[in-house]
This record gives sequence, C-alpha cells and structure tokens, in this order.
Amino acid sequence: MGKEVSESCLDILLIETVSSYTNGFYAGKPELVAQAVEAIGYQVGNQLCERYTMERSQFSDHLEAIKFICTDFWIKIFKKQIDTLRTDHKGTFVLRDNRFRWISRVSNSISEDSGATFPSTLPVNFAQSRKMHLYFPCGIIRGALSNLTIPCAVTADISSLPSCVSRLHLLDVSLAWSIVIRYKGLHILLCFRIKHKISQGMLEFKYNWTKVLGQLKLSVLTLSFDKTFL
Amino acid sequence: MAPPPRSGDAIFANVDRVNAELFTLTYGAIVRQLLTDLEEVDEVNKQLDQMGYNIGIRLIDEFLAKSNISTCVDFKETAEVIAKVGFKMFLGVTASVSNWDPEGTTCSIILEDNPLVDFVELPDTCQGLYYCNILSGVVRGALEMVSMKTEITWVRDMLRGDDAFELRLKLLKQVPEEYPYKDDE
Repeated sequence: MGKEVSESCLDILLIETVSSYTNGFYAGKPELVAQAVEAIGYQVGNQLCERYTMERSQFSDHLEAIKFICTDFWIKIFKKQIDTLRTDHKGTFVLRDNRFRWISRVSNSISEDSGATFPSTLPVNFAQSRKMHLYFPCGIIRGALSNLTIPCAVTADISSLPSCVSRLHLLDVSLAWSIVIRYKGLHILLCFRIKHKISQGMLEFKYNWTKVLGQLKLSVLTLSFDKTFL
Repeated sequence: MAPPPRSGDAIFANVDRVNAELFTLTYGAIVRQLLTDLEEVDEVNKQLDQMGYNIGIRLIDEFLAKSNISTCVDFKETAEVIAKVGFKMFLGVTASVSNWDPEGTTCSIILEDNPLVDFVELPDTCQGLYYCNILSGVVRGALEMVSMKTEITWVRDMLRGDDAFELRLKLLKQVPEEYPYKDDE
C-alpha cells in the first residue's frame, strides 16, 4: 500500500478551495468558480490517469476505457467501483455511484428554493456550493478520459443524495496533437494537426508514439491533444 | 476519568485514509490554478496562508476530538503535540521539534517527509513561492483556536534546495480563556 493521508485532509482542502473561490476572488461569478474548480479536477484526473495507465497496454475501444475509469481508477480514488454504467451507444454514458464519498456527509435537507430560513450571516447558498463542489469530480473524469485521448463533456447531478450520477458525452472534433520531448537537456515541441473522427485509432496513435520515442530513448514529457491549439 | 491521550500512530491507523498521491496531486492542481488566477506569487502565498488558516480553525476540533489530548502545560508541550500527533494523524508523517530559544516561546518544527511536495519541482517562474504555505496557515489557525497567537515563518524549504522543511513558530501572546459570565461573589 502506498503512502496515505487522512481522508479529512482531502475533504477539508477541497471544501476550503471551493469556499475560497466562491466567497473570495470570484465572489458573484459562479461560472468562473465552476471553471476553476473543474480545471483543478481536470489536472488531477489527467495526472492520475497517466500514472495508473503507465504499466497497462492500450484500451481496445472507448467502452473499455470508460470501464477502466469506472473500476480500477474509481477504486484507487474512492475505494469502490462505480455502481452502474449505462450507455446509449451513441456517445453518451451515465455513471452512477450510490454512495459518493465526497458528498456522503452533505445534508440532503437543504433545497434550492428555501433561502428565507437561513440566517443572513451565511455567506453562500448551500445548493450552489454543493454544485460547485461537484465540478471537481467532473473535472477528474474529464481529465482522466482526456489522458486516454477521449475528449468529452461531463456533468454531475446529486438530486438523489448520497448517490451521484455523472453524464459523459463524447465529443467529436478534429484534433491538434502536441508532444514535448526532452532531448539532451532541450525541450522540443512537435505539433501536428489531424482531421480525424474519434475512434480507437487515437488511443493506438498515442500508444505507438510513446513506444517509438521510448525506443529512441527520448523521454516524453507530455503527449496531449488540444482542440484549441494552433 | 478522561480516556488517556492516543498516539499519532494509533489515531492514524483508525481514521479513514486516502491515497496520498490523490492528495498531493490535488494540492498541486490547486496551487497551479491559484497561480493562473492570481498571477502574483506573493498573492498566492497570502491566499495559501489564508486557506490554511481557515482549515486550521476547523481541523483543531477534529484533532482535539480524536486525540483526547488534555490541555498542554506549556508551549513546549504544545509544539511537541503538534509535531508528533497532529502531523501524524493528518498527513501520516512525524515532525520533530528543535531550536528552542531560552524563553521557550520560539521553536522550529522540522519535516523531512512531506506528502504535499512529492514529485513537485518549482519552475523558475515561481521563485518566491512558498508552496507549502498552507501548512503555516493551518498551524496558526489551529493554535489561535486554543488561545495562542503565533507568528509562523519558513526557514528551510526543500523545494528551494534545502534538506528539510523547517517552520519557525513564535508564540506572540497567550490569551487566557475568558468566561462570559462573572462568577457569583
């Protein structure tokens, strides 16, 4: 078992981050808060997925990749698997976790509409802050999938606490790839654009590049795609 | 009779724990996002300290509840308890206390193992960033809730090339608890 820290550390760090953003520098701008929290999650998901898939062989298709997210990946983060996974086979997946750890202790009794009963000293609407909190795991999923070269949009819904339902919608875009390699102390950036529909070819593409560069003994720092690049 | 105080190891073994990697990466992503949003390294340092303070004022409750520590006799005992029990039960690592000044109001807490900084390297654009500044805020906030006003500064920082993390704790004022009601004469 690797190093561990107490779960309350992580919980309280996340709560404080969301709170700082909501009440602090982005007060009154929930879209910016959401963006920031989601970006943090994206970073985490991306890096964790990188580490957890280093030893693995590539995934044969999207469903396999998403199943990986629902099982091994979710277990490493939340110590349990996703409880149900459904798809319409047209690019939308619904993941349901019946006891989502990060909100398992959040009160269910506060509804969106009731505001009058709260004392005015409460700085933030609870429902909104709960929603902000969810952007973090959405970002994690999006980041993890983007590391597996599956661009997607993720939303979450906790209307039935303590379960959390995430919806993934796979995106279909033409991609620009960028690879940063360290060679003799220099960082070299290679960029190229591919007009390609999302398919398993992308995963293979990434895997093959990593293998080839590894054989040339070039250490690959990052290998990513970015649809806003160039 | 109150239950005896528990050791850091015992408490840590009983709390729910998560993968330290997740925590490290989350903290790293948060610092990175703060740098993007606030841009100035000094602003980020301040924000991390403030966040740490807000965390500390809440974490102390959990600490007191789980550790069964009774009131510390003096600041020396307080520092030892923070290093041996506090750090252990939350971060899973033990710190050590040293460099006491003759009055017993200033000391150093030294961390050789710090889960916040695993795999972290500071780029040149972030010189001046106190990456772990959240820790100084946490300790300051927690101590303030037990009536001690302190000033905490970083003396050594491994991300800047030193061999350990060293926090200098200075006790500024001990505010005795005031009861809101006068005793009956």
